[in-house]
Amino acid sequence: MNPDLFFQYLFAGISYGIIYAIVGVGFNIIYNTTGIINFAQGEFVMLGGMIAFSLLQWMPLPLAIAAAVAVTMVVGALIEIVFIRWLDRPSVLRMIIITIGLSILIREVALHIWGESIRALPYFYGNEITTVSIAGVKVSPQVLWVVGICSVIVGTLNLFFYASPLGREMRACAANRTAATLCGINTNNMVTLSFMLSAGIGALAGCVMSPITYTSYDMGTGLAIKGFTVAILGGLGNSLAAVAAGLLLGIIEAFSISVVPLAFQDAIAITILLIILFVRPHGLFGSKEAASLKEF
Amino acid sequence: MNTKKNIGVLGLLGLVIMIQLLTHWTGTQYYLTQLTMSAYYSLVILGLCVLMGYAGQISLGHAGFFAIGGYLAAALTTHDLTPYSNTLIIQVLNRCGLLIQGQDIYGDVLLYFNPWVSCILAISAAALTALVTGIPVLKLKGHYLAMATLGFGTIIYRIVLASAFFGEADGISDVPPFTLVSGIPGLPVIEVSGDFSGRVQNYYIAWSMVIAGTLLLLNLIDSRVGRALRSIHGSEETADAMGINTARYKLKTFILSAIFAAAAGVFLTHFNGGIGPSEAGIMKSVRYVAIVAVGGMANIWGALTMGVLLNFLSLRGIFGTYDDAVFGLILILIMLFAPEGILSIRIRQRLRNAFSSSTSEIRGGESS
Repeated sequence: MNPDLFFQYLFAGISYGIIYAIVGVGFNIIYNTTGIINFAQGEFVMLGGMIAFSLLQWMPLPLAIAAAVAVTMVVGALIEIVFIRWLDRPSVLRMIIITIGLSILIREVALHIWGESIRALPYFYGNEITTVSIAGVKVSPQVLWVVGICSVIVGTLNLFFYASPLGREMRACAANRTAATLCGINTNNMVTLSFMLSAGIGALAGCVMSPITYTSYDMGTGLAIKGFTVAILGGLGNSLAAVAAGLLLGIIEAFSISVVPLAFQDAIAITILLIILFVRPHGLFGSKEAASLKEF
Repeated sequence: MNTKKNIGVLGLLGLVIMIQLLTHWTGTQYYLTQLTMSAYYSLVILGLCVLMGYAGQISLGHAGFFAIGGYLAAALTTHDLTPYSNTLIIQVLNRCGLLIQGQDIYGDVLLYFNPWVSCILAISAAALTALVTGIPVLKLKGHYLAMATLGFGTIIYRIVLASAFFGEADGISDVPPFTLVSGIPGLPVIEVSGDFSGRVQNYYIAWSMVIAGTLLLLNLIDSRVGRALRSIHGSEETADAMGINTARYKLKTFILSAIFAAAAGVFLTHFNGGIGPSEAGIMKSVRYVAIVAVGGMANIWGALTMGVLLNFLSLRGIFGTYDDAVFGLILILIMLFAPEGILSIRIRQRLRNAFSSSTSEIRGGESS
């Protein structure tokens, strides 16, 4: 493999990897405050892209994306309020089945609204053939947009969780819900907020990736499996590790194209997921002791 | 308790015969096709019911086992072996009478696996896959178990969709009938096929499998194994402390449910005369889980009733283009309002008061 091709694969891997990372971070946000794995996480990404595409008829691109993110956040909040908030300590099995049901429902609604055709937002800068040259490799500016925006999302989230009072309250809720309630934190609202946040960043990722990867009504499940792989790979609940794991998975997938047929590409992520689950269920970067205290 | 169970099974047998006669008298025999298909799908659901309801292990990959059964049966009975007829293994198989000969439209001799052989191979393959994947997968719990089984199902789906041997996106068609009994004087040829004239026959083949399966599982959950499984569901640690080999019981149940799914896959494929990749899809697996949940998890009769009812309605096209959405909605509503299953809510109490014990063979949930 010559260096040019190597870097080409590397950039492709990074741009996909950062999207997996964002979905993985979305899983983590909800898992941290509720202990739930939201199987409908991939559907938020799909909704973001689809809604922005529809709104594009009436408004310019930045406004459409902002509105799509807002609408998806409302959807996320509604889901939490209608389906999850009032359940009294539901079992894990029950939550798994409810979120799977939700993902099916969102997907079917999307199918009836937008149909089976594949949509794509326009490129943010230039078009399909515009390239910029980095270290002798030609990359689409959209890849830089994806990497840039996703990095900003992760950075802002970290700042939010560690430096703002609201973020601290959410972390308190994650650490010990009863204790957080006793300190006067409205834990129910924190859970709603975590669903909104997770839906919002999912939708934003869905918008920036749409020009390159396209948006279709059934993209959610595949993304959810990959996002989950990434979340587990980094250790459930650890967002920065999820980013590293996402980049790793994206790069592995990109380079695997030269070895295995494209049709089996999805199988690679799943194989990695299964191996990690069997061998190191606390993740590459997580500690075993901490993981054994959590509930799955 | 034992008599109650037998009454339930006898009642089911009576109901099956009654429905057949009813369709005969009213001239609505076209319902039998969907009832036969529902019966095979119910077989998958019965197996999954024991795994989910009694052993407490969720599986989002059961369509994978169904597909292993169906696809192997279809591939082995439709791929011509004559190019390999000089190899030793094919010659040995041929000598043993495990292959059958056919003719193509030009009169050339073709060589296929006997459906019996492919059936046994397909079910063994599913059981072996369950054994190999089950050992690591069943160590996981909760979300991890759900994701791992979902991953397993996706891999099977990808494999059938991407390999030419399994017909890629077209699936496999022209699967020959599966002759169960032939050449015995006084008995007609009994075969599993979608042939128009064999509709009644196939209805009874499918339902006798369901009745046999139900009887087997009812006895299983009433036995030492069933009690062990329920203790695992209650608390795995306690079951372990009581000296129950939890890993072994879980694995055995997993394999049993895989065999049920694969057998259903083999028979339904021969009945339909083909199989497509959608049978292996995640949506199918989710649908099986949904029906077990609606039936009330640890409730064989509930799973059977709902399995037949919902599959029948879905196959008749009642839900139209909202088919998947209906199953998603059912899943959510049941889990939100009646996590113990639809037969557990007050309707059942009222029905029981209204009809006392006369209808217990239809619902029969209390017999277990």
